[in-house]
Amino acid sequence: MAEMKTGAEIVWECLIREGVEVVFGYPGGAILPTYDALSKYKDKIRHVLTRHEQGATHMADGYARASGKVGVAMATSGPGATNMVTGIATAMMDSSPIVCITGQVATTAIGGDAFQETDVTGVTLPITKHNYLVTHIEDLAPTIREAFYIARTGRPGPVLVDIPKDVQNASIEFVYPTEPIELPGYHPPAQATDEDVAAALELINSAERPVILAGHGVLISGAMKELRELAEKGNIPVTTTLLGIGGLPASHPMNMGMMGMHGTPWSNHAIQQADLLIACGMRFDDRVTGNLKTYSPNSKKIHIEIDASEINKNVKVDVGINADLGTVLRQINPGVKRLDRSEWFGKIKDWEEDSNERDILQFESPTLLAAQAIRKIWEGTKGSAFVVTDVGQHQMLECQYYSHDDPYTLSTSGGAGTMGFSLPAAIGASFDVKDREIWVIVGDGCIQMTIMELATAVQENSNVNICIINNGYLGMVRQWQQMFYESRYNETPIYSPDYVKIAEAYRMPGYRVETLEDILPTMKKAQEHNGPVLIEFVVEQYDNVYPMVPAGADLHEMIRRPHPRFEKMEM
Amino acid sequence: MKQTLIALVEDKPGVLNRVASLFRRRNFNIESLAVGHSEVPGVSRMTIVTDEEELLRRNIIKANLFKMINVIDVQDVTDTPCVFRETVLIKVEADAVTRGQVMDVVEMYRGRIVDVGTTTLIVEVTGEPEKIESAIHVLTPFTILEIMRTGKIAMTRGKVMPRSNGTTRAASNGKH
Repeated sequence: MAEMKTGAEIVWECLIREGVEVVFGYPGGAILPTYDALSKYKDKIRHVLTRHEQGATHMADGYARASGKVGVAMATSGPGATNMVTGIATAMMDSSPIVCITGQVATTAIGGDAFQETDVTGVTLPITKHNYLVTHIEDLAPTIREAFYIARTGRPGPVLVDIPKDVQNASIEFVYPTEPIELPGYHPPAQATDEDVAAALELINSAERPVILAGHGVLISGAMKELRELAEKGNIPVTTTLLGIGGLPASHPMNMGMMGMHGTPWSNHAIQQADLLIACGMRFDDRVTGNLKTYSPNSKKIHIEIDASEINKNVKVDVGINADLGTVLRQINPGVKRLDRSEWFGKIKDWEEDSNERDILQFESPTLLAAQAIRKIWEGTKGSAFVVTDVGQHQMLECQYYSHDDPYTLSTSGGAGTMGFSLPAAIGASFDVKDREIWVIVGDGCIQMTIMELATAVQENSNVNICIINNGYLGMVRQWQQMFYESRYNETPIYSPDYVKIAEAYRMPGYRVETLEDILPTMKKAQEHNGPVLIEFVVEQYDNVYPMVPAGADLHEMIRRPHPRFEKMEM
Repeated sequence: MKQTLIALVEDKPGVLNRVASLFRRRNFNIESLAVGHSEVPGVSRMTIVTDEEELLRRNIIKANLFKMINVIDVQDVTDTPCVFRETVLIKVEADAVTRGQVMDVVEMYRGRIVDVGTTTLIVEVTGEPEKIESAIHVLTPFTILEIMRTGKIAMTRGKVMPRSNGTTRAASNGKH
């Protein structure tokens, strides 16, 4: 006879059986039985106390993106669970596998507006891949197992399991199911049909100006080798989305860099002039397409995507292949012919040479320029750090000036654009990334959204180096105000505390750099320190990110960097 | 032509909410939705009618429904030979003078009188949605007090409804 276990114990038993090593969470009334049962499992699983439940979800997300494993966050009912909403939505938009476990008021009290009761499965329904309210203890173990399965398979995503307090307290003979999971309505597609492969090959082998659009799916599917083979074998240039960075080494001669709103002009031009787009695990987000009506007007399009509902959603395609990217590329690559596309590559080179994109690195400025600072961080880490960015100007500058040659070395909130993501995500990643330095690049607006997690970093002695790019503004919003709202800087100047003193108050080393020459020596101090370090970069206030495709404009209508001029604007 | 979808869904709490929520958040409009137990225990069958005309958008609706964990199978039967039915209950004003006239109309639509009050009748009419519209139109002059429609239900003719498995899903999702 199997051993009797409480629901609370079953939660930990299941997590351990799913291979979970670390859980990010915050206790509270409705999840107390589960936290109480933790004493029995402390030698097998680690719990990290966060300072806010949003932080817990970002940590689980950051851990998942770094490790490829499912990240786990835990919180209590009501406000504990609703605080997770931003982190769950972030994971949903970026297809990150996390499982959130929330306590709920007792089943007898559900629906009665009990203390700290919120309809969490209702609230999170549109922002989870799936969610569950477990009302019977016999369903608990199978449900947690299903949650992990759904989170990590197909197009990954967040799954929430809401467990009422009485279910945590109830007891049952614990048996962990071992039979394969069979869900009647869930069958992640596996491979392409022969007709799909033939149709794709016909287009690829007859294209004169093809472009590969490499998205997050390359990394999720682990298809880096296959992508490279397609590019090299077919002689086809590659451009990546924000989350596709690292899918092909930045230094690879066929990698044109990032596409889209702040992408390289030559990749945007190539997309617009292409006669074939091969979209690999990406979803034609508005930030990469610009105006859909004029998007790559003369190209045929192949879309390889594991989520069928993304095919033909934004861009009508000629061949849609609904299957795992790596598998499809292994099916397609053998048939790809190497064609002489020197004319096409020559054209791309012309666009590249015509561009003044990287000139900013040579500018002499009395103030520190964020782009130059980020390039220095690249230099100081030999381009091999695990970088976590937040959202805004510093994020786009990171993509432009920190070249990633390795996959899974950039973690950033893409689809949701969640400010406050970076610090907790980096703390989460630090539980998996042991062979690289972890560097956080974050703005002065973003850091103040989740700054309380500095305490978590110190408590856990996380090896995260936090670079606050401080320009005294909500920089990207200010840039939009300057460009599209006649420089009316309403509510974008933002006051910051003395970050060096903040670091001191949290009992961690803190430094401030104001010149380019100070960066490498200060970084060295951080690199020699075991534990979190904070570095404030005081940078030019009025610099912008270029090039820029204004929202909704044609992709080739980029605003180029004007001659540098950083005089203070009227405020 | 309105789009008609038949979905097989797991009979679990909240599934109707999930389906309805999907339409809301993807900005698709449901014209009608009918749901009830199917021939398989634990599985419900839904008929969903949308006002979407455009083929690509219709396919996106279908793909989004497929994507839901609790949705076992979806068929777009807009262009498939089907039997469509809808039932309506109409409460109409009818006193001793007009009662006979209302009953004549009901007879023409092969409907039934299911309740008689001193000043009202409840009429039940079943048929294709166009017939329901027509019955309502003809009864309007008698003063209609209440209308309750079930929404359209659909069933494909003959032996064509495929049961879900991985192959039908993959085959139907690949190309649009």
